[in-house]
Amino acid sequence: MHKEAAIREPLILGDDVTYSKISDDVLATIEGKTTKGWKILMTIAAIVGLWGVGNILYLIGTGIGTWGLNKTVGWAWDITNFVWWVGIGHAGTLISAVLLLFRQKWRMAINRPAEAMTIFAVFMAGLFPMIHMGRIWMAYWVLPLPNEFGPMWVNFNSPLLWDVFAISTYLSVSLVFWYIGLIPDFATIRDRAKSPVPKLMYSLLSFGWTGNAKAWQRFEEVSLVLAGLATPLVFSVHSIVSMDFATSVIPGWHTTIFPPYFVAGAVFSGFAMVQTLMIIVRKVMHLEKYVTIKHIEYMNIIIIVTGSIVGVAYLTELFISWYSGVEYESYAFINRFSGPYAWAYWCMMTCNVISPHLFWWKKLRTNLAFTFIMSIVVNIGMWFERFVIIVTSVHRDYLPSSWSMFYPTWVDIGVFIGTLGLFSVFYLLFLRYFPVLALNELKTILKSSGEKYKNMSDEDFKKLHPVKK
Amino acid sequence: MSDKKLYAIYDDDYVLLESAKHLVSKGIHIRDVFSPFPIHGIDPVIGLKRTRIAITAFIYGMIGVSLALTGMWYFMVQDWPMNIGGKPNFSLIDNIPAFVPVTFEFGVLCAAHGMSFTYLLRNWTLPGFKARNPYPSTTDNRFVMEIHPSDSGMTAEEIKAALNETYVLQIDEK
Repeated sequence: MHKEAAIREPLILGDDVTYSKISDDVLATIEGKTTKGWKILMTIAAIVGLWGVGNILYLIGTGIGTWGLNKTVGWAWDITNFVWWVGIGHAGTLISAVLLLFRQKWRMAINRPAEAMTIFAVFMAGLFPMIHMGRIWMAYWVLPLPNEFGPMWVNFNSPLLWDVFAISTYLSVSLVFWYIGLIPDFATIRDRAKSPVPKLMYSLLSFGWTGNAKAWQRFEEVSLVLAGLATPLVFSVHSIVSMDFATSVIPGWHTTIFPPYFVAGAVFSGFAMVQTLMIIVRKVMHLEKYVTIKHIEYMNIIIIVTGSIVGVAYLTELFISWYSGVEYESYAFINRFSGPYAWAYWCMMTCNVISPHLFWWKKLRTNLAFTFIMSIVVNIGMWFERFVIIVTSVHRDYLPSSWSMFYPTWVDIGVFIGTLGLFSVFYLLFLRYFPVLALNELKTILKSSGEKYKNMSDEDFKKLHPVKK
Repeated sequence: MSDKKLYAIYDDDYVLLESAKHLVSKGIHIRDVFSPFPIHGIDPVIGLKRTRIAITAFIYGMIGVSLALTGMWYFMVQDWPMNIGGKPNFSLIDNIPAFVPVTFEFGVLCAAHGMSFTYLLRNWTLPGFKARNPYPSTTDNRFVMEIHPSDSGMTAEEIKAALNETYVLQIDEK
């Protein structure tokens, strides 16, 4: 029962890891005192987040004229940020759902923090279309509610409405998936808690989880089915986001390659963000035993694969714009790489197409400092990808008299930086009060993938686990 | 005597599984097993049938799909058909490709939420409910079997003797 191919590297390092040690290690931050570093980070994040909230309030009070938009460029940073944040979210679902279906055991050490990232990133993403509406108090108009105008219904032919359904389904299903996995871990904290307040809090959060055989059987079935549902969901979400562009008739947006290209880009940027977060988290919270260099390497390999897909998509897009013979389509792309936004295009090309290929060297992809820098580079590159797609396609339209440029105002910048702050606030709260790794799932792989048990012979294993006296 | 419960505490999932097989071969019925994580292979040993929760997901999903299609037919075709970009808003069949994304999303929404809610109800886990695990350590590193002697028509002593043949950590009688 404990055997796995010897060629696979162990996923839990150390000879002293036991079931209770996993609980101790993962729950150390919850059961310990708040550290100074956490307080400092939280203060910075809260200030930045509040600055963002202030900007949003100013924006809502004054109107979206405070953004740098003009009559030619009607979508810019807002939608760029929206697509960027949704994309980041995709890695969490990919790790927890797709890797579950493929029975990849290395997902267990990173699925919880990655899913938390997904949920908070989708929160941030959802904010942008809402504030972009201008009159946010009418946001409920996107729902098909009976009303006094006929009733007049929302347009179910429009990808913008599909997006409403896709993003809200994605957010709520991810939340449920994440929470179902959290319940048994909350129960572990509940049963270990000594003081009454945490005990009460975690009793409420754990819903009275008992952990009997039938509950675990249902747990596994529910996780599997939710993974099966979340997998097509995650692909559909970014496909639908891409259709916001692809179904329009704007040269540069009107391309059939968009759905797969956006999904690959989303996974690419999402894994980069997971790297950024996990490299810090594993170090600060002393989880190097569970999130090993091998995990980092696996994620870097996914970054190479998805980065290559994205690179092929860029080049295909470029080739097709020329090959199509459509003058406007060609111009949109020539303008991208040689027009006034060429710097953004080449920044995107360098960050997304060239730099991931450095990971072909094993030395580099197993180097933490290098991976950390690369993860930031990829995130910058993916932000520019969305900016390039959105702004360069619209800033020079069919009438040269209305050609213009987009310059962000301090509100544009403030709202974006603010979402980074808000995201960090949520994430820091998660790190402090939630079980950061799926500890009960980690326990299931201790015997099969733990370093101590991995290379043990069957006899030694049986000796360690005597059954009959 | 008959309403007594025995709790056998183990410190390892593998040892518990093998011990459970040993007890079952002696005709002892194991009422339940409490563990910090799923013990693979325990279900057939203690006679648990496969859960039907996946079937409920399918049913909820189909309900979602039909609701979405009916809704969109009513909004877009029946109640107020509009000419938007020349799309065929006079016929459900002709316009169905445009309805696929929302139908899919709503189907997934209903399947996931319906199944999760059923799961919480069947496990009797909702906010504020009391946990029923016999020892707090069963959510950390202890594995416990619950045995009712009356289930297998034996006395507590006979079962204790059988349990003592295995590497049990502790046996409690409640």
